[in-house]
Amino acid sequence: MSVLIDKKTRLLVQGLTGREGTFHAKQAAAYGTTVVGGVTPGKGGTTHEGWPIFDTVRDAVKQTGANASVVFVPPAFAADAVMESADAGIALVVCITEGIPTFDMMRAMTFLKERPGTRLVGPNCPGLISPGKAKAGIIPGNICKEGRIGIVSKSGTLTYEAIHQLTVLGMGQTTCIGIGGDPLIGTSHIDALTLFAADPDTDAVIMIGEIGGTAEEEAAAWIKKHFKKPVVGFIAGQTAPPGRRMGHAGAIIAGGKGTAAEKMAALTAAGVTVVKSPADMGRAIKDLL
Amino acid sequence: MKIHEYQAKAILARHGVPVPRGEVTFSASEAAGIARKLGTPVVVVKAQIHAGGRGKGGGVKLAKSPDEATALTKAMLGMTLVTHQTGPEGRVVGRVLIEEGLAIQRELYLSIVLDRAAGKPVIMASAAGGMDIEEVAAKTPEKIVRVYIDPGVGIVPFEARQLGFGIGLDGTQVNKFVKVVSALYDAYLATDASLLEINPLIVTSAGDLLALDAKMNFDDNALYRHADIRELRDLGEEDPLEIEASKFSLNYIHLDGNIGCMVNGAGLAMATMDIIKLAGGEPANFLDVGGGANAEQIRNAFKILMSDKKVKAVLINIFGGILRCDVLAQGVIAAVKELGVPVPIVIRMEGTNVDEGKRLLRESKMNFTTADSMDEAAKKVVQLAG
Repeated sequence: MSVLIDKKTRLLVQGLTGREGTFHAKQAAAYGTTVVGGVTPGKGGTTHEGWPIFDTVRDAVKQTGANASVVFVPPAFAADAVMESADAGIALVVCITEGIPTFDMMRAMTFLKERPGTRLVGPNCPGLISPGKAKAGIIPGNICKEGRIGIVSKSGTLTYEAIHQLTVLGMGQTTCIGIGGDPLIGTSHIDALTLFAADPDTDAVIMIGEIGGTAEEEAAAWIKKHFKKPVVGFIAGQTAPPGRRMGHAGAIIAGGKGTAAEKMAALTAAGVTVVKSPADMGRAIKDLL
Repeated sequence: MKIHEYQAKAILARHGVPVPRGEVTFSASEAAGIARKLGTPVVVVKAQIHAGGRGKGGGVKLAKSPDEATALTKAMLGMTLVTHQTGPEGRVVGRVLIEEGLAIQRELYLSIVLDRAAGKPVIMASAAGGMDIEEVAAKTPEKIVRVYIDPGVGIVPFEARQLGFGIGLDGTQVNKFVKVVSALYDAYLATDASLLEINPLIVTSAGDLLALDAKMNFDDNALYRHADIRELRDLGEEDPLEIEASKFSLNYIHLDGNIGCMVNGAGLAMATMDIIKLAGGEPANFLDVGGGANAEQIRNAFKILMSDKKVKAVLINIFGGILRCDVLAQGVIAAVKELGVPVPIVIRMEGTNVDEGKRLLRESKMNFTTADSMDEAAKKVVQLAG
């Protein structure tokens, strides 16, 4: 099994006609994902690379039976695209776009609260992949391997690093979820862990966090109470200076809060195997199993 | 993005927040004129830098005459002001705000930020104004009153009253306070602010409320829709290398070490700094070239790294997803040929087309050190940096 996406996923691409959208739609299809079409307002009725393009997400859902959507829309319009998908009843919306204004996301999150049938992953994330089944986003399929480890991560390339380490050690993955590095995100570490807890095929989880906010501390408290599977944790930004935004909008130590040290201590206290070096994530999982 | 106090006050005043009368100047010759125009027995001379703690550092002084205002302004302009927020190197003062002196009865604290966990703005107020709020939060958290604002509804008067009564204002003052809080929330929303802090908000002996200080930071992602705010950027407050990097859309932060880093992805870039430190070295920078970097970006990144004279060795750590390893290798080879990078370079790459990338590096006959894993790369670069 896997979580969130699999062979039954019917993926819609918002922004399919753009450069990124086109490239990654092709990559997803080549990986075996059922890509059913795209949405670009004003280009409805045309086709692009063989896929039908729709003006609205509602049209697309009606015509194609799409049940998931991946958003490659530019930052100024991305929150709008996310809300449109939620309004059309899409169950899983994966927003790759980086650089969405915080207040746009704040409004989108308020909108999503009224539509509990929709789960948002991201924004500012690499999306997700269930190796051997399907992918929605930009995680390279060639480094993945089917298997029994789950990954949840705030960071894109650090997710690839974790996947690669596992694959080289002969351990595959059930699903890898990049949840994104923005201050406001749809799916949290806890949400992803909840899914992995219920998945009988996931034996252990790698959880990757970053400085900023308190999501890792909340996840630690939750793991202590509810999560029975082994977890390996890594926190990026142990050496980051306070008050500086480290690339990701959410990666900032502000007011003395959100440091790596606090997060690592909380995770360790919750029984998570915390590695100091990002090179040790795969090995630590292997040692635990 | 950060702005100066006088700029923040101008924005707040436009939204209806009462602020003291005052004027900014870049030249001591204007100081006496401004003081005379203000006409109060005392004026306040305030150094304008993007950092707090100015009072303790000697950046806020009282002048009892126009001549004294001139003397103080003259002394402040060009001085290096060191506060607990500037670091030991301090900041050079380039502009000074001269304001009317006011009879202060009470100092309060008021701020708005986004609460990430709640996904809502939170307004915080405290009777302990004029102090470092982090210290108040740590020592006497009960002195901070909070309300969370529903973004779909906005601020409702009773919420502002809750704050006002919560910090011990009387009925008349609370009415004025409600107006200030609503105006502040308007300014916060209208400007895509990421932080709005009034510390202190004062009650004068006449019973008026005014923002005696003001700090505003803005969401960089939203600056595209605020041309007026973009114009307030003060390049004198920023690191020259960071300004240069921002022209090429490179995410670069200048640090103190001697190992230059070039990485794709913010998380991996942070993790690379971490692993350098674990191996006993000190990173010279954070640099994320982005997921879609091309040869041109790699060249720009090299230029920035090499402009930092402290850099003794470079570590390139790329996990090729969208950015293919062969494209990276070509970019690195071209950049080194053109710029003649004089320090050792350690390259660790993995992912799409990695074998082709490694072959290109080998066949270039250039003096690259390659590594197969992050820890190996970190150890090698620390050794080479000496």
